[in-house]
Amino acid sequence: MTLLSLKGVTKRFGGLTAVNGLSFDLREGETVGLLGPNGSGKTTALNMISGYLPVSEGTIALGGDTISGLGPERIAHRGVARTFQLVRALPSLSVGENVLAALAFRREPVWGKAAESRINDLLSDVGLAGRAGQPADSLTYIDLKRMELARALASEPSLLLLDEWLAGLNPTELRAGIDLITSLRDRGITILLVEHVMDAVRALCSRCIVMNAGGKIAEGPTADVLADGEVIRAYLGEEHA
Amino acid sequence: MKLVLALIALAALAFMPSFAGPYPLGLMIGILGYGVLATAWAMFSGPTRYISLATVAFFGLGAYTVAVLSETLPYPVVLLVAALIGLVVALIVGLATLRLAGIYFVIFTFGLTELVRQLVTYYEVNVTRTLGRYVFLPLGPEHIYWQLLALLAATLAIAFWVRQSRIGLALRVIGDDPVVASHLGIRITRTKLTLFSISCVIMTLAGAIQAPRWTYIEPSIVFNPTTSFLVVIMALLGGPNRLFGPLLGAIPLFLLFEWLSANFPNHYSIILGLLFIAIVFVLPNGVLAAGESLWARMTRKEARA
Repeated sequence: MTLLSLKGVTKRFGGLTAVNGLSFDLREGETVGLLGPNGSGKTTALNMISGYLPVSEGTIALGGDTISGLGPERIAHRGVARTFQLVRALPSLSVGENVLAALAFRREPVWGKAAESRINDLLSDVGLAGRAGQPADSLTYIDLKRMELARALASEPSLLLLDEWLAGLNPTELRAGIDLITSLRDRGITILLVEHVMDAVRALCSRCIVMNAGGKIAEGPTADVLADGEVIRAYLGEEHA
Repeated sequence: MKLVLALIALAALAFMPSFAGPYPLGLMIGILGYGVLATAWAMFSGPTRYISLATVAFFGLGAYTVAVLSETLPYPVVLLVAALIGLVVALIVGLATLRLAGIYFVIFTFGLTELVRQLVTYYEVNVTRTLGRYVFLPLGPEHIYWQLLALLAATLAIAFWVRQSRIGLALRVIGDDPVVASHLGIRITRTKLTLFSISCVIMTLAGAIQAPRWTYIEPSIVFNPTTSFLVVIMALLGGPNRLFGPLLGAIPLFLLFEWLSANFPNHYSIILGLLFIAIVFVLPNGVLAAGESLWARMTRKEARA
């Protein structure tokens, strides 16, 4: 069953067309990679799905209902959660409060005593057990990413948008990160993954969509897409194709 | 336990007019008035970090409402009307400005105060053909004191409730990162508008209650922009993100300003400006936070020694 559907989605910033007529579908439970060189429009596409940016043209539907035109808070209430390319912690809050902020404002809010145990569960799911009381701005980079993921999971999303969540991690952290996303995939969460780390894409994604200059240039099973001549040209340049 | 202590303190303060002379009572009224304004200001501006300079616009509207209506309506009704006017203006201003952020919000709120003052002046000069108004109400200083004390208690209770509630958390999230806030499902405009309105209604009431003290009211008195700045300094000094911070900032600064304006009437605003700069640079989170971190440093040293 289709969970997310983009049809002819376009985003213009003045004279610049950042995303041009992008169409694709995500089935429930799939983990799909959204690939492409820098500036190809991946994050813009994610921003339109999460409602951060309005679409210029086209429609985005979630579970059959059109969500393009709704604000991010309404889309969040329909079950879309995300992380950001540059980690966005809430620095004046504690780690636990960062997660509480997601629990308290979701469609069925969790607050008070019930929230406390949920926070502990979510933090241990991402490897931050017992860190709820720590100030968020004292965390290391990987732990900030873990916290941001716990915050995204707190809303119990049906669709999770991960924007280069694995970028900037060392090999050990990367391994842990891939395992973490695998566990989410196994729980049945549909994941759209913007990622440059190809090992992670191969390990996690059954399918990939590749963008270049705002448009889709390839879509299909991961192994096929990564072997595609046009994809290699877009990423690495003419001489490698 | 804390509640019992608070109630005992409130009861003790309520008896103050029966033994304090007129001068201490006047000082107490000033402290309570600024305590209310600073606490109300911090309720919205503390967590969101939206520095509002519109405090005196609402304060002055409250005072003017009393001046205009006190002879035609019973006093409690006048207070109610003042609160309603404050609410309506807060909603209009809020809807117009709360999408602004940072310096734009600061400038807009400052401009708003001037706009309100000019509108009232225009109306008085051209429609009622008089600039000032007299307020004759059978209310002594002790009545004003009790009303302000009740308003302060209510303001602190509301501020306490906000801090414990989801709306308080929502404001802190918005203050940290509005983009994250919206992606977590927080309705930003509604949240900000609610708290901004509550805060502004309290400021309006503070002005309304103090109006009988002046006897004579004109726009340059009740819309004096210095009041807005004082409130910001007080809240920042005490710490805008603590329940009693703004009140604790209001007490020493009000007394200091009283002394300065009595002894250095000509250099008063220069000293005020320097003080503002000093507080922002030296105590960005307020004295309470600075005291706590100093305490933490000292106890850590002791533990190591």
